[in-house]
Amino acid sequence: MDVLYFAWVRERIGLPRETVETGAATVSDLVNELSARETRYAAAFADLAALRVALDQELSDFDAPLAGVREVAFFPPMTGG
Amino acid sequence: MRVSVQSAPFDLGAEANGFSEGVSEGASGAGAVVTFTGVVRDLAQGGLEAMEIEHYPGMTEKAITAIAEEAAHRWALSDVLVIHRHGRLRPGEMIMMVATAAPHRAHAFEAAEYLMDYLKSRAPFWKKEIAAGGAEWVAAKAEDEDALDRW
Repeated sequence: MDVLYFAWVRERIGLPRETVETGAATVSDLVNELSARETRYAAAFADLAALRVALDQELSDFDAPLAGVREVAFFPPMTGG
Repeated sequence: MRVSVQSAPFDLGAEANGFSEGVSEGASGAGAVVTFTGVVRDLAQGGLEAMEIEHYPGMTEKAITAIAEEAAHRWALSDVLVIHRHGRLRPGEMIMMVATAAPHRAHAFEAAEYLMDYLKSRAPFWKKEIAAGGAEWVAAKAEDEDALDRW
């Protein structure tokens, strides 16, 4: 699946998007998998309360299942307007 | 209804005139048009060089369209317009605008406030302030999230 990062999450991880091969069942599982990879991921995902997640471009939450999802995006709370 | 996510500047007068034309006609004819415009503030007291606005192409358009459709439905609007820019903007530049048209002004005002509250916290934009001393991401405010509760 495609995993996208925005704003300071993108800066901390050091890339805007990547393709990830994963068997993660939920968003939390994916976060744990990524965090275990390298410290830059662990740093970006250190405080999940400061993060939001979108699944296939719809806001979701960290308990949500990933079955059938093609695009996951992680970002800080939005500051539009 | 029109939603535009763009890097180019927009002409507020031309957009407001174009939007207002024809909204009084038909069964859902409007007698009230409200427009709101957001401008880059120089929060760093003269030190702000630019505001960099990042967004999530694809989701941004979808999220704004859903918000605008909800507003149009709740207040039976005759028409809605949302323009939101991204990229590098300088202090004083217009970031975004909304326009609402309704039979009576109370609905047009309320719908415009609703749009603004939701665009702030539910449209995937992130602002970064670029100043001489460095760059910093603008943090979302708790009161912006709380503002959604009134709807």
